[in-house]
Amino acid sequence: MCGLSKEKTTRVTVDADKLRSEIRDKSVKVLDIRKEEDYKQGHIPDAINLPLASLLADDSPDKVLQYAQSFGISDETPVVVYDDTFGALASRIAWTLEYIGHEDVSLLDVTYSTWKKLGLEVNSQTPNLVKTNHSLKLKPQILATADYLVPAKEKGAILVDNRERLNYLEQHIPGAINIPYRMLASGQNILRPKEDLRRMIQNRNIRPDSEIITYCGSVGTLSGLGYYALKSLGMQNVKLYVRSFKEWKSLEKPIEQQKDANYWDLSAE
Amino acid sequence: MSNTSVSQSKPDNAPKHKVNWGRLEEAERFSELVKLYRQGKLHPDDFRRFRLQHGAYGSRMSDDYSMIRLKLPAGEVYSEQLEKIADLSEQFSIGSAHVSTRQNFQLHWVALEDVSEVLRGLAESGMTTREACGNSVRSIMCSPLAGVCPDEVFDPTPYAVAATKFLLRNPLCQSLPRKFKINFTCCEKHGMARMVDIGLIPQQGEVNGKLQKGFKVFLGGGLGAQSFVGHQLEQFTSEDQLLYTIVAVIRIFDRLGNRDNMARARMRYLVNEMGWEKFQNLVLKERAMIKMLLSVLVKLEVDKTEEPMRKISINSEMPSVPQGYSRWVKSNTFKQKQPGFSCVFLTLESGDVTSTQLRAIAEMAREFTADGQIRNGFTQDMVFRWVRNEDLPRVYSKLLEVGLANPGALTMASVVGCSGTTSCNLALTNSHRLAKEVQRKFIELKIDEDDDLRNSTIKISGCPNSCGQHEIATIGFYGGGGRLGKDMYPLYTMSLGGRSDEDTTLGHTCTKVPAKRVIQTILKIVEIFKSDKKQGETLDLWMRRVIQGNGGPNVKSIDDIKELLKPVVAAPTKDTDGDFYADYGSDGSYHTKTGRGECAA
Repeated sequence: MCGLSKEKTTRVTVDADKLRSEIRDKSVKVLDIRKEEDYKQGHIPDAINLPLASLLADDSPDKVLQYAQSFGISDETPVVVYDDTFGALASRIAWTLEYIGHEDVSLLDVTYSTWKKLGLEVNSQTPNLVKTNHSLKLKPQILATADYLVPAKEKGAILVDNRERLNYLEQHIPGAINIPYRMLASGQNILRPKEDLRRMIQNRNIRPDSEIITYCGSVGTLSGLGYYALKSLGMQNVKLYVRSFKEWKSLEKPIEQQKDANYWDLSAE
Repeated sequence: MSNTSVSQSKPDNAPKHKVNWGRLEEAERFSELVKLYRQGKLHPDDFRRFRLQHGAYGSRMSDDYSMIRLKLPAGEVYSEQLEKIADLSEQFSIGSAHVSTRQNFQLHWVALEDVSEVLRGLAESGMTTREACGNSVRSIMCSPLAGVCPDEVFDPTPYAVAATKFLLRNPLCQSLPRKFKINFTCCEKHGMARMVDIGLIPQQGEVNGKLQKGFKVFLGGGLGAQSFVGHQLEQFTSEDQLLYTIVAVIRIFDRLGNRDNMARARMRYLVNEMGWEKFQNLVLKERAMIKMLLSVLVKLEVDKTEEPMRKISINSEMPSVPQGYSRWVKSNTFKQKQPGFSCVFLTLESGDVTSTQLRAIAEMAREFTADGQIRNGFTQDMVFRWVRNEDLPRVYSKLLEVGLANPGALTMASVVGCSGTTSCNLALTNSHRLAKEVQRKFIELKIDEDDDLRNSTIKISGCPNSCGQHEIATIGFYGGGGRLGKDMYPLYTMSLGGRSDEDTTLGHTCTKVPAKRVIQTILKIVEIFKSDKKQGETLDLWMRRVIQGNGGPNVKSIDDIKELLKPVVAAPTKDTDGDFYADYGSDGSYHTKTGRGECAA
């Protein structure tokens, strides 16, 4: 594996069998990122509901810390996150936990729909939660801000836009390269096997030790998945521009586009 | 990190692809060469040649993106392959694929760095892009009705596949003066044999008193800035002469084609400059030499085993026939020579189809077609064959669910448009979108229901290079720029009376039509035709009469049509009509902008 760090290595994804045994052992906290009404219809046993919208309403570190503590997540508790949106929403939550200093957080490698299709157990009971303590150790090294981007780029950081190709062609942050989120998944899994992802990164001449900043359209979901795809390869210097292109535009920063081509008219949508 | 795996056990007796055209090592080599090119270790011209040889064009205004063209010999594609194309489009392209006028799929705006991943995926499903572009023998076409057409003498498909097996990756074809096109067709009517380098129509002939299978062979046709209709080589070319004939023609072209001037490098120019008789003699002599000098007998491997037709389950429960069915069945289906079976043509818009629709089409081919495959057609369309007549209402219902049930496929309402300014470097206008606009309007006006217009065609190219095949359309257009004072606007040149059957004719230029007046102009032509036609006469036949100068009292010649269209095509000032000056798909004012053409690379 390229670029193994000295830090404690965390698993980026967890497969269904592993998660089931951890749920049986009660050695894991599972977060379900879907809407409350979907959660109530049924969820993975013992999963706690944290709809993405609730988190986005206030994702300040203090608020996130409160959530973690109220869910009974301590510094050492392994957390596994899932959604039904190809892992993008789960990635955003996982990143947020990582940002406040929670190290052991992973993504379930399939979505809830696939979990059900596999015939695995679901129920609609809400687990009892016991409050616990969690420390706050912010990890600014995984966060990128608008002000950070330009100087970082000048120093060689690679800016990765995880939106779909047509959106990227229409407008993107100057100098960004495009790795559409659809490239990251394979078949039933939210992330491709490592050897596939590594080949795609190598095809782009990206070195394992490069600094990479991912962004997407508005709140860092698609780029959250991009962030974890790169992390799964052992790349350590990856950041998420969490406020993404929406903020960039609102700040009226420069924008690049593929001009003089009517590519939207090729879409059969 | 181990992955959760899901094994799907779908009952599937659909046939899989028979020939593996793909080579995984070509994908790996592509990825290596992209890296070398990016590192400046490979000259851009050398890289371009390599890229084109492997089916990847540059995109409009950018070599960082490719248009990947598949090579689908005879237009044949299977369900598992369609699903793979759907996945690859979603992952690396724009979530839609495009069906070309030469039966291939094209994936647009793929990052150059990902082309190798697409080639890898295609190879995994038996498909290739090798020699789909560049100066090579392009995909060998075969009528989508081959094998089921009531008028054909025999099914030419196995010959198209065998010829591809022989020519693909053959050193003979790796560096021709220019691209080279071969079309097989089923019969005279479902044509396109006379407008390619080698066109072939099956026929029976007598050789030494024995009836034999063979072909009518046409040479030196082609569409482009200057177009020519092909010449017939000889009365009858028996099947055992087929390979020698093809090889003889390619060798002559390779030796004598114009390598100095790319614009005149196609074989049709060689034939024209040399004169047909001289060229014909050369071919016959070359063919005799090849046969004499061969120390090893080279034969086409023609697989003539009959395809076993699957039993397809017919649901005994009759669905209620959905609204619009009878209109659709009239304009989109074709009765096969085999009783009880039909072909179903899908009306796409300028050949575009989404990944979701491709998956639905794959599923329907499994469920409803006895041969379990799909063929891409000659007019940016897709075709199911071997569908039981009783199943047609169910097919229609399923197509409705995925937005593919538009009527008009086999009528004038189905319009061909090349990719134009959506992705092509040479385009001057958005012909792609215009074709969609015309088609939508004509379906809304129920043009497809008018029997007088059924046999006619509308085809649109975004520049004079004929990728939209405008010259063989009843009403054809190619794009350019017009000007009123200082203001530029998108403007098409319209030609009339083209056809591609046994009376293959290139369209005659009539007049120039602004992009935003194309729809009104066609409708005006229909109106003139209706008031001038003889009883029972169709638009295409009336047009032929007018072009031959035998028009009626009101419209004697093509010039009279031009005169009648003058009020429709007149340009307003920019102040009175700003929209007139913008092309379809753009808000800004129009300007012509092109990059380097790669057809010529």
